[in-house]
Parts: sequence; structure tokens; C-alpha cells
Amino acid sequence: MKKYLPIIGMEIHIELKTASKMFCSCKNDPFFAKKPNIYTCPVCLGLPGALPVPNKKAIDWTLMFGLALNCQINKFSKFDRKHYFYPDLPKGYQISQYDLPFCYDGKINTSEGAIRIRRIHLEEDTGKLIHSTINGKKVTLIDFNRSGVPLVEIVTEPDIHSPSQAKEYAKKLYQIIRYLDISDADMEKGQMRLEANISLTIDKSVLPNYKVELKNINSFRFLEKAIEIEIKRQEEILETGKTPVQETRGYNAEKNITYSQRSKEDAADYRYFPEPDIPPIKITENWLLQIKNQLPKNYDQLLDDWSKKYHLDKNLASLLFETSSQANWLEELFTYGQKQNIDISKLVNFLANKKLQVTLYRDDYEKIISSFKQATTVANVSDEELNKAVDEALKTNPQAVADYKNGKKNALNFLLGQTMKILKKRLDPSLVIKKIVEKIG
Amino acid sequence: MKLDKTLVLKIASLAKIPISEKEADELLSGFNKTLEVIDNLFSVDVKNIEPLYQTTFLENVFREDIVDEKSMLSQDEALREAKNKYNGYFVVDQVLEED
Amino acid sequence: MLNTLTLKKALTLLEKKEISLDDLYHDLWKVYEEKNQLLNVYLSVDKDALKKAKENENKPLKGIPIAVKDNFLTVGLPTTASSKVLDGYLPQYESTVTKKIKEAGGVVFGKTNMDAWAHGSSTETSDYGPTKNPRNPKFLPGGSSGGSAAAVASDMAIASLGTETAGSIRQPAAWCGVVGLKPTYGRVSRYGIIAMGSSLDSPGPITKTVEDSAILLNIIAGKDKKDATTSEKEVPDYTLALKKDIKNFKIGIVYIDHPQIKSTLAAQKTLEAGKLFEKLGAKVDLISTSKNLEKDKVLSHEHAIAVYTIVQRAEVSSNLARYDGIRYSNPRKYFGHEAKNRIMLGIFGLSNFLQQEELVYKTAQKVRALYIKNFKQLFSKYDLLISPTSPSFALPLGATSGDPMFGELQDMLVEPSSLAGICGISVPMYKDAKTNLYLGLNIMADYFQEEKLITAANIYELNNKI
Repeated sequence: MKKYLPIIGMEIHIELKTASKMFCSCKNDPFFAKKPNIYTCPVCLGLPGALPVPNKKAIDWTLMFGLALNCQINKFSKFDRKHYFYPDLPKGYQISQYDLPFCYDGKINTSEGAIRIRRIHLEEDTGKLIHSTINGKKVTLIDFNRSGVPLVEIVTEPDIHSPSQAKEYAKKLYQIIRYLDISDADMEKGQMRLEANISLTIDKSVLPNYKVELKNINSFRFLEKAIEIEIKRQEEILETGKTPVQETRGYNAEKNITYSQRSKEDAADYRYFPEPDIPPIKITENWLLQIKNQLPKNYDQLLDDWSKKYHLDKNLASLLFETSSQANWLEELFTYGQKQNIDISKLVNFLANKKLQVTLYRDDYEKIISSFKQATTVANVSDEELNKAVDEALKTNPQAVADYKNGKKNALNFLLGQTMKILKKRLDPSLVIKKIVEKIG
Repeated sequence: MKLDKTLVLKIASLAKIPISEKEADELLSGFNKTLEVIDNLFSVDVKNIEPLYQTTFLENVFREDIVDEKSMLSQDEALREAKNKYNGYFVVDQVLEED
Repeated sequence: MLNTLTLKKALTLLEKKEISLDDLYHDLWKVYEEKNQLLNVYLSVDKDALKKAKENENKPLKGIPIAVKDNFLTVGLPTTASSKVLDGYLPQYESTVTKKIKEAGGVVFGKTNMDAWAHGSSTETSDYGPTKNPRNPKFLPGGSSGGSAAAVASDMAIASLGTETAGSIRQPAAWCGVVGLKPTYGRVSRYGIIAMGSSLDSPGPITKTVEDSAILLNIIAGKDKKDATTSEKEVPDYTLALKKDIKNFKIGIVYIDHPQIKSTLAAQKTLEAGKLFEKLGAKVDLISTSKNLEKDKVLSHEHAIAVYTIVQRAEVSSNLARYDGIRYSNPRKYFGHEAKNRIMLGIFGLSNFLQQEELVYKTAQKVRALYIKNFKQLFSKYDLLISPTSPSFALPLGATSGDPMFGELQDMLVEPSSLAGICGISVPMYKDAKTNLYLGLNIMADYFQEEKLITAANIYELNNKI
């Protein structure tokens, strides 16, 4: 078989967690709505005569997101109408952005190379469709609670070349948007939706003349698996000398297959034109400066800095926080700890492995540090006291002693724990183990 | 500019409006009459002219991110004018199943 | 007959308690019973109007009955835009303009007939039959706000509200012999008005006198948080403009040298209007028409017809996409011929089927920019521009059939100003004694210069003996 290079671009939609919707003042909380169609108004229901007014915060957040992804910002931007008919789209058009997205030309680094961000634009989400059978008739139910929720779309250049890189990219995007705290990006709640455009080439310098759009992927793991299986499918077709059909395919996780959803040969004609109901948007230096001031330190930069300053493990540290305000909190904890000569790298290790009985972001620094100290301080113990305790531990746990003698090294740890329990003290483990081994002989 | 019937039928399908063959013929002749009038557009010199989509010269008109319960409709009101509804949902014949 | 009173007069007499709301509504219902069936002005009326009027007699509009075009959403009265697609639709919310009218103590007496979706200049494309011109029922009232103009002309309302996209207030006002004011785009909120051409739509008053228009504009103008295209500019007291004179005004007469207009009576009467303004102290110039943008010339209205046709139909195709029969309304097959025509032409303008260098829609918006440039330049020199509102008197019933460009040809003299978004007013100019039909004078001013319109139109109205 020939050696094929996957050419993958991604389109990811993420709902912003503003209080109100994108173009009206309805509540933005579709997932937790107790009933269908309770968070609607003339605007997001597309009633006659209703007009959109854009939510400033959603624009601020989109700009912030763009800056976090090293994007350029269009100083002059606007919204456009994108036309198509579907029952979940109440106006027959979606207010989106066409030729002047808020952000463009960004970059995200992955361990397999940099991925260029082509654009980030802001639009409105659609309603939700539920397929059902009522009185024997197949119907589709529509709930517009989600209609008009602010939605950003992040489009990459086709710079992704492996399933693992696609996964890393998507995860990174997830991390960053949660770090900025502008979306929960929960895939199970539909707050983050992944799409990958996949094709294969032999010659790196020639882009393939087809692409397959892969949809309905609701976890990072499935993203990787779906792309893997899709690559395999396309390889098989190409090996027979044919070209895969340009189409949209879904992923069935249970069967681990992709399946055809609709052919894309009839290129969509969205008839974009500038939204006449919304004046254009001029992003002044002043406005951008305000956003930049709100922008937390770059996520990767933060971990690099910590790693340098505290010699900690970046992966472990990244497990401790999601949002930038949590990161700030940690930073303060570290500073507080450092003043007391705490080994921050060890503290991070203990916290990440949940070795301390503390709750991050709720307990105060003092409690956390003292708990850490307690957990790491070795108590003084007299030889006599230790002898007594070890004897007792060996006596009450003959099975463990026997196990050790039969070569089960684990039994030592058990006896170590038992000894400390008897003494109700945390001791230097090497000291205790030496004593146990000595006694067992 | 001139249209033909195939294009008229294609546009009708894009518009999601069912039309008969006879109607397509009528519409076609109307379109071509209209397009004759429009043709004078292309005699105007618009080189170096930027298109103008709005006349207000306004910029940056936004709303604050505040929920206004009063502007929201009750479920009953939202559904009141719908012909087809069920348990608080709007209902249509089943569309393409995407999942 | 109290229904024949002007708004100003009725308000004064109610204030002095010289007339009662009971008597006013009695006379109004009487003329409604006599004439509505013949003229087909109202699609629906509020049976409780008098009761509502009495609850409002202490507010500024004192319970005065106002006729409202059927594209304003009104809670409690069906709103159909004269289309079967919206047959029986009862709005869930109120348009900003009618809300303001109601809050000021006005009563929406009924909803008036119009061209379906406001597509037309005759009211003949209404799915509920044409409205007839009250001045002579063998003739059209014009449109699309034909019902609102006819309501005022037939004294079936004290005043009314219409909307104009290009000519839809001024042209029916001219044909029905009443006053119609199209405010600057963005002066009056579009929220809750069924959208036609979103970048053009402008709601405004249709009244018996210029003074009445000023009174209503005072109420409906202003920033609306729900319409992002409305202006923050302060709303002046427009009635103060009634007391000003036009000495030192510079007025330009436009379009009447064009071959299509030159020999019309409307052109002649517009020249006479110019003379009258001169006599009253203004300086009046004749401005010649040019096919291209030239200094001190007015850009021919012909391109405006093309631009308007493309832009308006594109916006129509988009604005009517929401009528899918799911959340409200009947299915899309209920659209009438004219709506289908416009929706489909709009899609054509927004899709590059013919593989042209540039989207037709974009070319049109460039030419639109030229019109704005042209007006900007002219208004740097002139306070007002005047022209006939329509080249002709009202045309006979049935005149629209088979002509897809009927409306555009009738509205050609007001289309450039609509495309630019500037304000204009039509005021009766001449009455033909034999047919009882009218010609209107179209006065145009720069953005947000409605006061100048009112000053000039008021003086003209007082001095032009018809």
C-alpha cells in the first residue's frame, strides 16, 4: 500500500456562557431549561418584525478568545445573514459572519507541529430537533430554548496530519476556552461540537480534490478513533484507484464506523449579505486594549513559567485548574507556600494525586499548607517505641509476614502502614522498613 | 442578463416555494422584463466606489449581557400561533435524522 | 361630522370639552358603515375602540382613533400584511410605534389594507382585494400604504400610520390628496413592523395636514433599544417647525427635465410650487438631471429603480424566509404571485448563477453609494429638493395587472431619496376638478432635517390654494 498523508482541517463550534442570548435578552441556559420553548422571545423565535441587537459581552469574549489563539483582529467587522431552510432555524437565515470575521490568522502549537487558525467568527445557535414517533407518525419536535445562543466557530487550515494531533488540538482548544472561562465547552451538553474535514494525499505539495466532512463526534477519544477509521476507509478506496465521494459522514461509536449522511455535490448557496438590522462593528485600539488587559497570561506560558519557577511537573499542574482565576488562586497558594519553604513541586504532586484531605479553591491557603506539612513531616520516635510498635504489627499480621517471606514485596508497605497506625505518627518510611526487615530476618 | 426556465425552477426550489410549470412561465417572462430595467445598472461607472449597505452611518450598537425576563414569552404564548404542537414542542414531519 | 376633523382640531376641541369622544366615535362608526365595504380600507377594526378611548382621554392623544397599516404588529388585532400567509395571525407582542401611540393615549381603531407584504404601489396586490381611492372609487389609492391614505382621505380615521420602503407613504398620500411624511431611516423604530426592505423601511404618519404629521412624529420618533438602526439623536419638538418661515431657504427643483417627466402636468405644477416658494422668500434653482455623478446635478432616478429593485428584492427574499408555517403562519405555498416574484428575483440577485464578475447585489449597493454622495453634495448647497411625488394622477383600478415593474415606475421620483435614507414629505399640490384626483409635491431634506420639511410643507399647504 502507498504511503498516504492525512490532510485534516477542523471546524469547532463552542457555545459561549453569557447570561443572555446573542441577539436578544432571553436567558442563555438551554441545557438546564426545565421545559422546551420557555426561553424564547420574538427575536429568537423569528416572529414577524423582531430585530436583533448584538450582545457586547459575546463580542468581547470572541475577541479575547482570538487573542488567546494569537489571532489578528479585523478592525472593521460586521454580521451577515446566511440563508438556508431548516426547521431549527427560525428566521430562514442564521446571523453569522462571512468575509470579515472578528479574528483571523491565529496559531495553536501541538507536540506534532503548529496548527494555523484560519478564522474565528461569532454567530447564533439554532434550535434543537428531537426525532420521535407520535401516534405512529414519525415527527420532529422543535425546542427553541437554544435558538440564538452565542456560538463561536473556530476554523483551522488543513494543517493537521494525524488522528492524535487532531485530538491534541481539540483538547487544547477546550483547555484554553475553559481557562478563559467563557464557555463550559461540555460536549455531552452540546456546548462544544467537533467537525473534521479529512482527505488523503500521497504528494504533500498537492491538496486532494475531495474532502469528507466528519460530524457527530462527542468526545476527544471518539474524535481520534473516528478519524483513524475514516483514514482507513479512504485508504481502501484510494487503493482501488477511486476517489472517495465528497460528502458529510457521521460517526457511530458503538460500531466504530463512519456512515454517509448527505452528499455535498450540490454546493450550498447561502446567499450571504450584510445584516441590515445591525450596524457594522469598529474595533478601536481602545477597545482592544481593554480586552488585552482582561486577557489572562497565555495558558502554555503560564505552565512554562511555573515549571521554571517551581520546578514542577506541567502535566500534574494542569490537572489542578481549569480557569484562569483558579490559576491565579494557585499562584497565590504557591507564593504563600514558598514563603514557608515548601517544596511546591511536591505540593503539586500531593494535590494532583489527592494525597491531602483538602478542597482546592474552598479551603484557605493556611489549611492546605499545614495539611501538606503534616503529611510530609517525619515525627521523632525513640528506638524503643519503634521496636514495640513493629513487634505488635508483625504479631497481629502473621499473614503479611508470611507473604513477605514468600517474596511478596508489597507486604512490606502494608506492615509499614500498620506500624504508623499503631504509633499514630508519620515516620520516615525507610527507617521503619529497615526495622521490619531486620525483625523478620 | 436573461433567465431560463430551468433556472426559475431552481430558484423556486431554493425559495422553498412550490410552483407549477405554468407559473414558472409567467414568472420567467416577468423576471426578464424586470432584468431589462435593471440592465442600466451596469452602465454606471462604479469603479473605486465602495458598496454601501446601510445609510445610518452608525457603528457599534450593542446591548449589555442582561437577561430581561419581561421580554420573554411564556411557553403558551410562544406556541400559540403554531398549527402543530405537542407537549410544549413545535412539530414538523420528520426531517433527515442526523444521529 | 366630527370624523372630518384634523388631529389638531380634534385635540383642541376635546381639550376644551366642546366635543365628546362618544360623538366623535359615533360619527366615525357611521362613516365606517357607509364606506368601508365599498372602499375596502380596513381589514379589521377594534369594536372596543370607544371604551379604550375613554380610558385615555387625559393623555396627550386623548383617545383619538388612529388607523394603522396592517404590517404593524398589534396585540389584540390580527396582523396579516394583507397576505393569506398570515391569515388570522394574532401577534404575541406590540410594535414600538403602536406602543408609543397607545401610551400617548391614541387608539388603534383598525388595521388598514395594503399591498401584500407592502409589495406594490397600488394596494391591488392585497390578498384581501384592492382598496379604492376615496376621491374617486374608479381609481387606485396608490400603495403600499393605500389603506392608511384612504382611511384619512375618507375621514374613516383622524390620522393614520404607514410605512415607506420607497414611496409607500408619499405616493398613496399624493394619490389620495393627503399628507404623508417619510422620516429619515432610523428616526422611527422598525421593531414590530413586518420587515420588507430592512435597510429602507421607514414608518411614518399619513394625515390631513402637515401640522398633524408633526404632532404624530413627535410621538413616534426616537431611539429604540430594540432597533439597533435607530438614531440616538435627540427628537426636537416638530410642531415648533410649523412656526418658522422659509426665508433664506435654498430649494432645488429636481427630475422635471427628464424626458419621462418633462411634459407632465406634475412637472408644470412643481415649477409653480417653486415659484410660490420664491414668492415666500426662498431662493429656488432648477437642477438638471445627469446620468452620471456630476457636480451640481442630480443623478437620474433611472438607476435608482434598478438599485431599488435589486436591493429591495434581496432583502425581501431574506425577510420572508421566516414564514415557514412552523411557529405561526400558513405554509409558503400561500404566498401570492407578487411575493413569489420578489422572493425569487431576490435570490437571483444574491446568487451568482450567471457567473458574473460581481454579485448583482453588490453592484447595486455601489450605485446606491453614488446616490448618497450625490445627495450629500446637493444638500451642502440646498436646504430642500422638490419634485413631483408621482409623475401622474392616480391610475384606474386594474392598472397594475401584468406589469411586474408597476410600483417602481410609479415611485421612481421618490426612490433615490429612499435608497439614501433621507426624509421626505408629500403634500397635496393640485386637484383635478373633473376627476377629483390629486397630484402631490415631494419635498426632500437631508438626514434628520424633518423640521425643514415641516416648515416648508406647512407654508406651502397654507399658501397653495387647491
